[in-house]
Amino acid sequence: MARREFLTGNEAMAEAAIAAGLRVFIGYPITPASDLFEYLAEKLPSYGGIVFQAEDEIASINALVGATYAGAKAMTATSGPGFSLMAESLGLAAMLEAPIVIVYNMRTGPSTGIATGTGQGDVMQSRWASHGHYGVVVYSPWSVQEAYNLVVKAFDTAWRLRVPTIVLSDAVIAHTRELAVVYEPGEVKVADRKPPREPPGEFKPFKPDPDDLVPPMAFYGEGYAVLAESLAHDERGYYTTDPENYERLVRRLEGKITRNKHHVVSSEARYTEDAETVIVAFGTLARSALALVKDLRKQGKKVGLWRPVSIWPLDEEGLSKAVEHADRVIVAEMNLGQLYREIARILGPTGRKIELVPVLTPELPGPDELLGYFEKAGVEI
Amino acid sequence: MTVQVPKLEYRHRVDDLLRTERLPHVWCPGCGIGITLQAFLRAVKALEAKGVVDRKQLVFVTGIGCTGRASGYVRLDGAHTPHGRPIAYAYGVKLANPKLVPVVFSGDGDLAGIGGNHLLHAARRNFDMLVIMVNNFNYALTGGQLAPTTPHGAYSTTTPKGNPERPMDVARLVAALGANYVARWSIHYPVHIEEAIKRALPRRGFRFIEVLSICPEIFGRHIGFRSPVDLYERLRKVSKVKKPKTLEEIKYDWENEITLGVFVDKDEPGYMESICSVYNYDWCNELPERRWSKQ
Ligand SMILES: Cc1ncc(C[n+]2csc(CCOP(=O)(O)OP(=O)(O)O)c2C)c(N)n1
Ligand code: SF4
Ligand SMILES: [Mg+2]
Repeated sequence: MARREFLTGNEAMAEAAIAAGLRVFIGYPITPASDLFEYLAEKLPSYGGIVFQAEDEIASINALVGATYAGAKAMTATSGPGFSLMAESLGLAAMLEAPIVIVYNMRTGPSTGIATGTGQGDVMQSRWASHGHYGVVVYSPWSVQEAYNLVVKAFDTAWRLRVPTIVLSDAVIAHTRELAVVYEPGEVKVADRKPPREPPGEFKPFKPDPDDLVPPMAFYGEGYAVLAESLAHDERGYYTTDPENYERLVRRLEGKITRNKHHVVSSEARYTEDAETVIVAFGTLARSALALVKDLRKQGKKVGLWRPVSIWPLDEEGLSKAVEHADRVIVAEMNLGQLYREIARILGPTGRKIELVPVLTPELPGPDELLGYFEKAGVEI
Repeated sequence: MTVQVPKLEYRHRVDDLLRTERLPHVWCPGCGIGITLQAFLRAVKALEAKGVVDRKQLVFVTGIGCTGRASGYVRLDGAHTPHGRPIAYAYGVKLANPKLVPVVFSGDGDLAGIGGNHLLHAARRNFDMLVIMVNNFNYALTGGQLAPTTPHGAYSTTTPKGNPERPMDVARLVAALGANYVARWSIHYPVHIEEAIKRALPRRGFRFIEVLSICPEIFGRHIGFRSPVDLYERLRKVSKVKKPKTLEEIKYDWENEITLGVFVDKDEPGYMESICSVYNYDWCNELPERRWSKQ
């Protein structure tokens, strides 16, 4: 039964994972993600799941990949330093098409930075941490309720597309308490694997279905002798240096996300119907940006907000629609311009003026403070 | 004139555990990895014949290196994971489906060098898995760089004037950390390797078997034992089978003695049973380790 609870973002994301069918949580303590781990340590075993504290984040992510191949819905939660350590095997997860879920609570970087501060410096790292070209899906919530919804959605996406999926949250969401509607396992819709359709011997673990480009998945223990091969592999999972096979594989690792975009992308537009200026912001900063937009509207200014919910990939159609009447787009983010580059890539060719407001602070600014950062950047509004 | 070569229908007794369509393998003539792998496969067949294990339960996990390539040839569920990470991957397999039995098969550099942290903690936890480490005294796949197991003074491509470091006695270390089973053999003892695997595979907790191997192509060539036979004899000369009573009696000294034998053989509860003593999971009664345990 759905129930309303007053939860922190971390608690809500833990609840969401339980509802989505989490069986194995593996983590390594780090601020601001440890309390999600601790919450699950209390609660997950009573739902039949296991919580395991690994020796480091490298162990966490490799174990997660193994867990999904053995048939379990599996998740970890970390922050920037931990995610940096996971980089190599994020690529493994993408290469093996392992449906792992990572809650990534951004804090103030770089390096150890300000461990208790918030941040948005990891937009690029969430997408490109590992070497080579591969695909991941990244969502970013702006509230506790949305953090809950997006963790459920992340499990659905991960298992539907066999792709590592990241919920890019932050220190503010992690520790802010808000009312959220939460559910029990079985009450939320989450995709399961497509089981193999051929018998052992005939089944090929990396042979995609032509419509969605996603291969059905055999689990360990089912008699398929599945080889999870980190080397470039053919449909059988066998190493090959064949250039055509390589191109097909790498194109598909990203292409299956593009092909199934309708399941993946999402965004929200506010006050954009007549907006001449559109502010683009994501995550918790978008809340301050919305408050600022409302203030500016009271002054009669035609300003709107566009907020991506899926960061990678972006809802490009949603963005184009939101800026239909705008000749200015201002990207405000807590870094020196990461999402900005993507917005500029998409909208640059349309001739619109695209400006950046960097918000470099370990604390989430309120609307007035945010306006101060506009002034600092010389961006009039 | 074309010569018709008759197709040899040669079958080996472990062929059904191999992806024979992938043969020939990449290993050099005279390499010791094959001896170790065959001992493992023979042990699996023997245990299966006795009804102790079912090959469908086994998950064969390797890292990166010459040794790590084994997963590509073995017809079991498996993974060829990033360098140093097979133990970490095996954690997840076991936690997700406790009825499975992870077997890690990898190199000395992979397990004791880059993956050393996982080895330490898996042994400390007495985590239920079998680890077989092929120690060829160097990083072979990448051309013979220094490994944590390379003898003091030995040439490697990254210590061209001789290794200034002290090597790590990996088996002794794992024994000190409390693993349930620890043995070291060399490829001169294929039957002993097979027997060790037959004993250690159906057992709870962390089991570790180190196999001293020869890499004539790289390590042998670098230290002046180019021929596999010469390196084989050199390794045989220093390998001494003993029954050490204390850890201090276990030696890892390329000049005098590398101790072989079974160093630990006990049956304490492994990690999975430990969590079953706290939480009542529905799989606790179906743990294969419970069935195998003598208690
Ligand atoms: C993260 C990372 N670092 C370095 C390498 C390069 N590399 C591949 S195998 C290897 C050493 C292998 O040595 P060992 O584990 O002893 O295996 P062997 O080839 O001797 O069997 C190294 C350094 C890599 N693949 N990944
Ligand atoms: S390089 Fe050495 S370890 Fe590698 S296959 Fe050749 S002999 Fe064996
Ligand atoms: Mg080696």
